[in-house]
Amino acid sequence: MSGAGPNPIAIGGFALFIALSLVITWFAARRTKNTETFFAAGRSITATQNGLALAGDYMSAASFLGIAGLVSLSGFDGLIYSIGFLVGWPVVICMIAEPLRNLGKYTFTDVVAYRLRQTPVRVASAFGGLAVVAFYLIAQMVGAGNLIRLLFGLPYETAVVIVGLVMLAYVLFGGMLATTWVQIVKAVLLLSGAFLLAFLVLVRFSMNPLALFSEAARQYGAAVLAPGRLVSDPLDAISLGIALMFGTAGLPHVLMRFYTVPYAKTARVSVAVATGVVGTFFLLTFVLGFGAMVLVGQDSIRKVDAGGNMAALLLAETVGGQAFLGFIAAVAFATILAVVAGLTLAGAAALAHDVWVSVIRRGHAAEHEQFVVARAATIVLAIASIVLGIVFKGQNVAFMVGLAFAIAASANFPALVMSVFWRAFTTRGAQASMIVGTASALILIYLSPTVQVDILKQPTAWFPLRNPGLVTIPLSFLVGIAVSLIAPEPEAARRFAEVEHRIHFGD
Amino acid sequence: MRRVSSPSDKLRTLDAARWRIALMITVTMAVIYIGFILLVAYDKPLLGTSIAEGLSLGILLGALVIVSTWLLIAIYVRWANRHYDPALAALRHEAGPK
Repeated sequence: MSGAGPNPIAIGGFALFIALSLVITWFAARRTKNTETFFAAGRSITATQNGLALAGDYMSAASFLGIAGLVSLSGFDGLIYSIGFLVGWPVVICMIAEPLRNLGKYTFTDVVAYRLRQTPVRVASAFGGLAVVAFYLIAQMVGAGNLIRLLFGLPYETAVVIVGLVMLAYVLFGGMLATTWVQIVKAVLLLSGAFLLAFLVLVRFSMNPLALFSEAARQYGAAVLAPGRLVSDPLDAISLGIALMFGTAGLPHVLMRFYTVPYAKTARVSVAVATGVVGTFFLLTFVLGFGAMVLVGQDSIRKVDAGGNMAALLLAETVGGQAFLGFIAAVAFATILAVVAGLTLAGAAALAHDVWVSVIRRGHAAEHEQFVVARAATIVLAIASIVLGIVFKGQNVAFMVGLAFAIAASANFPALVMSVFWRAFTTRGAQASMIVGTASALILIYLSPTVQVDILKQPTAWFPLRNPGLVTIPLSFLVGIAVSLIAPEPEAARRFAEVEHRIHFGD
Repeated sequence: MRRVSSPSDKLRTLDAARWRIALMITVTMAVIYIGFILLVAYDKPLLGTSIAEGLSLGILLGALVIVSTWLLIAIYVRWANRHYDPALAALRHEAGPK
């Protein structure tokens, strides 16, 4: 790995995982005979299984490769990300998980649209949902392309096409059941890989993380244990923080997982399991990041990839040799592949279930037709993700994910919360909140220093914040509230009793 | 128990309790996390203070934010399993099969 070029053991590990996942897909395909199995795994997933799958969806390329790399290069500052990615889960469990399970069928839009007029709500929501999926997909595809290029020496474009095709195969034939099982296998592999890696690092420091941290401070100065330059603008930091906190509760592919379990209580317990797994994993990134800093060295990490994205892999090679590098590399691929599959499925559900069946067919589509449309939507999204992955070559992975969270928090979260908790919420209010949330987030991202100064090379940016969450999340709530108050919808308010009943009893 | 009330009133009371817990957990999490971010932004030297050999205040607090996430979730799951679910089951029994 120190040099470029293919690594036979890593390729072997990768091939093994692909083979395993295709076996899973084959078994799942034999059971995927209708839309409910394709999108919701027949509601047969247990709490622990769903918890692992949720954790799997959440531990993406950005968290494993990105955070380990950030910590190895900038110390404490990298940890700010791993902490930020976790604080959204309490919001998910107490506000979203159970109502979602009891009110919806396949997508979070089912919940928003429940007592409102279907067509306008579904169109607005598909707009927001697809924007989130697109940004998240781009980040994963870019990560995957770079990883395969670095490890196997394949061209970036070829790498993106391979990831796209493998993902297409198992979403298309296995649907949610296969995607869930691939996520479970991957979550277990990723967690055991991270544990093993952390163990091999700590063995060298008599199992004491503090000895590792003080060695890092000795080599690179005490500054690596203190906040540095990353958070220089407090407003920007708070904006990113709010986006991360409320974005989790608006991610379509995470929300979709609550439909795969049979009861509200199962949904609740699965969030607890997921948070346990993800939190443990993020605590391990403390050890992995500082381990790479001390054992691999910042210069060697930068030499392989300036962004530090290969730090975890280099660390694996240093402490465990080629075979272990192969294993960790396979796990990293599995991570990206599985997250891409989950995202594609969420996008396909928005297109097939929300747009085609509810809007174009006005809610009357034959079961067989839904199934065909769902698969056609999957193919369209796979092609789109391959094209977008190639177009956005060279973008920063963790940053793109941060933007996806901001769009999710502005477009989906406010409408979801208001539809469940506020009687006077109306169709027009939901529509306005989702469209204004999505559009304002996209426009402010375009006007931010990242696009204007970094990409378009303008001297200044019109909007000062790199992440728009601080402005767009309150804006989306305010627009939803104002529009609902100006034009009340008695029918929607009357049907709120039904919503209340279903949220609690689920029937 | 307070006065005898209809099932729908009881459901409303239960719903209000659920909403209060949800709000309390969300606000607590926001205060902890945004407080942490503000410290990172405004008082970098404080977080750089060494508490033990190799352990800065910043790293300790960061790990505690992760632990606080677990605690808040444990509090909610405990409340829901012990109070919310039984109360719902009782209400459902009272209301009869729908």
